[in-house]
Amino acid sequence: MLKTQELTLNVGPQHPATHGVFRVILTLDGENVVDAKPVVGYLHRGIEKLAEGGTYLQALPLTDRLDYVSAMCNNLAYVQTVEKLLEVEVPERAEYIRVIMAELSRIASHLIFTGTFSLDLGAFTPLLYCFRTRELILDLFEAVSGQRMTFSYIRFGGVAKDLPDGFEEKCREALGMVRKNIDDLNTILTGNEIFQARCRGVGVLDPELAVEYGVTGPILRASGVRYDVRKDDPYGIYDRFDFEVPTGTNGDTLDRYLVRVAEMGQSARIIEQALDQLPKGEVAAKVPRNVKPVVGEAYHHIEGPRGDLGFFVVSDGSPKPYRWRVRSPAFVNISVLPELVRGLKVADLVAILASLDPVLGEIDR
Amino acid sequence: METINNLLINIAHGIRGFILSYGATGDAADLLMTVVAAAILLGIIGFVGLYGIYAERKIAGFFQERYGPNRVGPYGLLQSVADGLKLIGKEDLRPAGADPWVFTAAPYVVLTPAVMVWAVLPFSKNIVAVDLNIGILYVVAVSSVTTLGLLMAGWGSNNKYSLLGGMRSVAQMISYEIPLVFSLMGVIMITGSLNLSDIVAAQERVWFIVPQILGFLVFVCAATAELNRVPFDLTEGESELTAGTYTEYSGMRWALFFAAEYANLFAVSAIATTFFLGGWQGPLLPPYLWFFIKTCGMIFFFMWLRWTLPRFRIDQVLNFGWKLLLPLSIANIFITGIGHYLLG
Repeated sequence: MLKTQELTLNVGPQHPATHGVFRVILTLDGENVVDAKPVVGYLHRGIEKLAEGGTYLQALPLTDRLDYVSAMCNNLAYVQTVEKLLEVEVPERAEYIRVIMAELSRIASHLIFTGTFSLDLGAFTPLLYCFRTRELILDLFEAVSGQRMTFSYIRFGGVAKDLPDGFEEKCREALGMVRKNIDDLNTILTGNEIFQARCRGVGVLDPELAVEYGVTGPILRASGVRYDVRKDDPYGIYDRFDFEVPTGTNGDTLDRYLVRVAEMGQSARIIEQALDQLPKGEVAAKVPRNVKPVVGEAYHHIEGPRGDLGFFVVSDGSPKPYRWRVRSPAFVNISVLPELVRGLKVADLVAILASLDPVLGEIDR
Repeated sequence: METINNLLINIAHGIRGFILSYGATGDAADLLMTVVAAAILLGIIGFVGLYGIYAERKIAGFFQERYGPNRVGPYGLLQSVADGLKLIGKEDLRPAGADPWVFTAAPYVVLTPAVMVWAVLPFSKNIVAVDLNIGILYVVAVSSVTTLGLLMAGWGSNNKYSLLGGMRSVAQMISYEIPLVFSLMGVIMITGSLNLSDIVAAQERVWFIVPQILGFLVFVCAATAELNRVPFDLTEGESELTAGTYTEYSGMRWALFFAAEYANLFAVSAIATTFFLGGWQGPLLPPYLWFFIKTCGMIFFFMWLRWTLPRFRIDQVLNFGWKLLLPLSIANIFITGIGHYLLG
């Protein structure tokens, strides 16, 4: 008499495909996933509480450590939230620099996504192509801020310092490489029969479910919902640029990949426009080092590489924030994972998890 | 020219003469010569293991616009030696819950058939350790034992990832063994012999890749799966199963699996060369060099695949094997049969 039994498999927190210290408790029937239960919290550092213990400026480096592959965007979201409380006027040039940095950050982040996604599907080489291009962007960040990962470059009232000499040429050069990299990806990965077979129709997220879960960013757009904070609730000077919001139709893993690849191209477009229009002038408004916003609260959100990134800051008039809270898109996005993987294979779980592009620094905070 | 061509044979004769000069009888000398041949083959396998890894890493570097190993020795040539020494020096770890016998035996069960296949490879005219008249039958029979070793490793490790890897390896290897054998059938039908030397000799005018192109394509696909290489490396399946069957292995035992992988890679490439690429036949250069060049070409091809393609999913692998490769290989047999009847 043949007896079968379900197998409980603990994937993570140390596992090559979890992009950090993420854990999924899988119930398997052979190779088929019966249920998946995500467990988060292994990278919890209490950042939100830490931020309340210091001044507003001291909280800025903490934002670098949320989504550490696109720290510029975190800086931007937090700084703009505090600026809402302070009601300062940001100089034109600084606004443009911020846009350039945020979009470069988005490209760098999507490059990591594409690389690790292909790695999780078993293709090693595209990863190195993506990292090679990302390196150029990190070089730009280093030239601008002196740091490669944790910048704290965008400050209250502007940016820390002006762009270095020769930045524009190097930036355009990097964008050329990004475009070439996208072509390379299309050659080696996108059209590949095996890649398509692994991605097409796998982990379909329908738009209603996505909205119900609060999923945002490229994942939501891959399901066909055209929601982008840059267009729907423009912040900074994003209303001045001409760009498209790529969307998918099927909401499967392949669409989530294609949307991100298309977004890299759009970001490159935005940066080129910003470089063309870049005005001369000051890069920071006069803001005291120790800001003391008036009593009140502010919520501000931007379109991060992973979705709708929001900060909520409450001020009691003292130099320290009274309440400091992050709406992290990756945390919300990962919650949809069990819905997507039920009934699929173990290998699909890895592909879907990678397509959700989690960054644990942001999920656990 | 003749001297260079027969260099290796003359050396063998020299050794045999040396043994005879110590008063051994003809039979005893033959027996000793087998031992010598086995020792030489083991030496070559060790060399192939070390430099197969080196070549893989260099080629990967080439594909990925980086250097690959370049620190130990000139051009990093001693990197694999250093790695091997490190692996020998590592602690002999065995998980507490593992089945001691099965866990320990598994690497040897995988390595032994990989080595045994080498016995019948015709490296050149008259250079073959054992000239079996059922050569290819022997190769197929021996190499299918590898599956058992991988299943033992998967089961004996007492680890769920290993077990899943072991299950995958059985499903995959059994599915691909059949098209693999069938793809070779066409060549056997043409030559009417199972002896590898005869098969090479039959390709004097035209390599079998020309009349047997379908058989060759099926063979390459099935062989990639048998070798557990990308896009069929599900047994290892790094992204989902960490290291699959090999998860619990470290140090020397793991190195044995690795050596077996490269010994198999060379053996399969050599068989492809023998069956479809004319074996040691070729102009100008000595035959053993031709054999080596063609085999290396096949190895490069397998490495090229590995560093280009993503991985299949298990159900896709099985579908591909049963629904595409098997019918194709059977069709190839029919086509060959009809062609042989009409032309021969």
